[in-house]
Amino acid sequence: MAVTAGSKVLNNVEAVRETLYEAMKNDDRTVILGEDVGARGNVFLITKDFINEFGPERVIDTPIAEASIVGIAIGMAMEGLRPIAEIQFADFIYPAFNQIVGEAAKTRYRSNGEYTCPLVIRTPYGGGVRGALSHSVSIEALFYHVPGLKIVAPAFPADVKGLLNAAIDDPDPVLFLEHKKTYRLIKGEVPEGHYTIPLGKANVLKEGKQLTVVSYGLYVHWALEAAKKLEDEGMSVEVIDLRSIRPMDKTAILNSVEKTRKLLIIHEDNKFGGIGAEISAMVAEEALFSLDGPIRRLCAPDVPAMGYAEPLEHEYMSSPEKMADAMRELVRF
Amino acid sequence: MASKSGTAKASFERHGLTDEQLVQMLRTMLMHRRLEGRGFELNRQGKIPFASAGEGHEAVQAGAAMAFVRGKDILVPYYRDLGLDVGIGLSPLEVLLSLFARAADHSGGRQFPHHYASRKLGLYSISSVLAAQLPHAVGAAYAIKYRKEAGRAVLTTTGDGATSEGEFHESMNFAAVHKLPIVFLCENNEWAISTPLAKQMANPNIVDRAAGYGMPGKQVNGFDPIACYAAVKEAMDRARSGGGPTLIEAKCYRFLAHTTDDDDRTYRSREEVAERRKDDPVPNFERFLVERGVLTAEGLEDLKRSVLAEANEATDRAEAMPYPAPSDLYTNVYADTHQPWR
Repeated sequence: MAVTAGSKVLNNVEAVRETLYEAMKNDDRTVILGEDVGARGNVFLITKDFINEFGPERVIDTPIAEASIVGIAIGMAMEGLRPIAEIQFADFIYPAFNQIVGEAAKTRYRSNGEYTCPLVIRTPYGGGVRGALSHSVSIEALFYHVPGLKIVAPAFPADVKGLLNAAIDDPDPVLFLEHKKTYRLIKGEVPEGHYTIPLGKANVLKEGKQLTVVSYGLYVHWALEAAKKLEDEGMSVEVIDLRSIRPMDKTAILNSVEKTRKLLIIHEDNKFGGIGAEISAMVAEEALFSLDGPIRRLCAPDVPAMGYAEPLEHEYMSSPEKMADAMRELVRF
Repeated sequence: MASKSGTAKASFERHGLTDEQLVQMLRTMLMHRRLEGRGFELNRQGKIPFASAGEGHEAVQAGAAMAFVRGKDILVPYYRDLGLDVGIGLSPLEVLLSLFARAADHSGGRQFPHHYASRKLGLYSISSVLAAQLPHAVGAAYAIKYRKEAGRAVLTTTGDGATSEGEFHESMNFAAVHKLPIVFLCENNEWAISTPLAKQMANPNIVDRAAGYGMPGKQVNGFDPIACYAAVKEAMDRARSGGGPTLIEAKCYRFLAHTTDDDDRTYRSREEVAERRKDDPVPNFERFLVERGVLTAEGLEDLKRSVLAEANEATDRAEAMPYPAPSDLYTNVYADTHQPWR
């Protein structure tokens, strides 16, 4: 990979690590807390050696208690620190549900702005890594219903850095979702120095004329691969990486749909009540008469989780091939 | 303990408190009872939809408030802490604005009564979910310790009901591991709405749990404001000087139903309530101060009159103030906008 001056090539793990490192270096109000983030340096080694450099007061190995990891971070944030809480796997976030939904998201609102909660909760999510029922879930739909929260799910290392910086700077709580299959699989150029990417801004990865594909996370990479394949077959597909799930970039979606007149939403999370449902409803409300075909969603089947056994995981997950089939069908509609 | 319940026969030792401080504590207790009664009156008059009850908690809250250092300490209370909030400086007007859900209320009329939020007072914003505020208190205590702000501590409170929640355990545990400057005060009134202590826990002494976390524990008679003051003062002083957390269990009793929407005749006998009323801390403490010559009978009447006058004035002023505007529904969702779309 050719590297632009002022950039370097990182994978997603390295991008998270570098951004956290800079945040710790630049602001001593920043503390990291979570399970095994200190001595072990996080189970993916994201915070390796941080404890040696920044000390155990700032890199806190917590007891295994997710509700209070988030709850204590809320109290730190209310008292003027800038905590970055880690939930070791997104599957373990359920015990913290009340602290996120009932407390963090409502701190500003219920105190009428007297108290705020500038808090980042990072967590690895997603499948394709033989993670079985409890190490592979997608959790975004459980939280995107909640006003007061922001949710980010970047796919590329440069976006990881820019969006994580924006999340850390943000005055409100942000749930930062890192797809763990992309952690070491996806590499890319990352600009040096501090920069932010605004939350709520999608990225048009590939321009096209006949179909808009909206996705995020791991599936963005597969959708891009499928769209490029269709290009060889003479079909022109536009691919949008949402990057932020809440707030969501309506303008980017509508601009694209008004041009291509067809929409396919692809996500790894379940179809029923998923992110695609909200996008479908929004496009139906705002751009129905721009459409030349039905809005389609390619999502996970309506089962509780992907299985541990390879065929069960394979059946649950999509693939560039399945995505290409869905794109072809809708282009030809 | 003097009785099975732990609330009978308050001894009222002075613990170095001045006459002025003792009168101030009684005033807090009288104001607590008056304002809470006002909530019930306004509800029965159809002027407000809801009020909650803390009768029986006056002594523990007035005592704890006396141990709180205004301008330094942080209070992370629970929803039955009207007397504690008033005791650290919340005004009767602020209480009535909360009851009437007026625009000038701390939450702008969003929250249930007695869910305050004031940085000036060091009073944290809470929800109504039991024990959910405890990790916030622990996080605030962590920040104080991290910034090496000696001489500050966090006081956080719950009822007995919250001790069954996971966050009660998680918070005590983390605070003890990190030796944080925090005091957990449990106001054990023996009832979680309709569920008695015996159905909540096999060991009725909540204080015993302190040992499990490796922190000191102290059980006090929650009907004795001076004993509660002394226990909280000792624990807060220890917290402020780096000695770590303490669990205090104050045994008290809830004389009224849980809220204006509750009917406690459905789950406990009138005889039980009447029996416990005999130890009502408010008249007991009045009598003590008069008997000891801290207050004259006349002085007591003056005090009661001034509390009533202040409560009445606050009621009239708050009632005359405006509700939030419908457009206020949309503010303070995020720092910028409430729209989920960009």
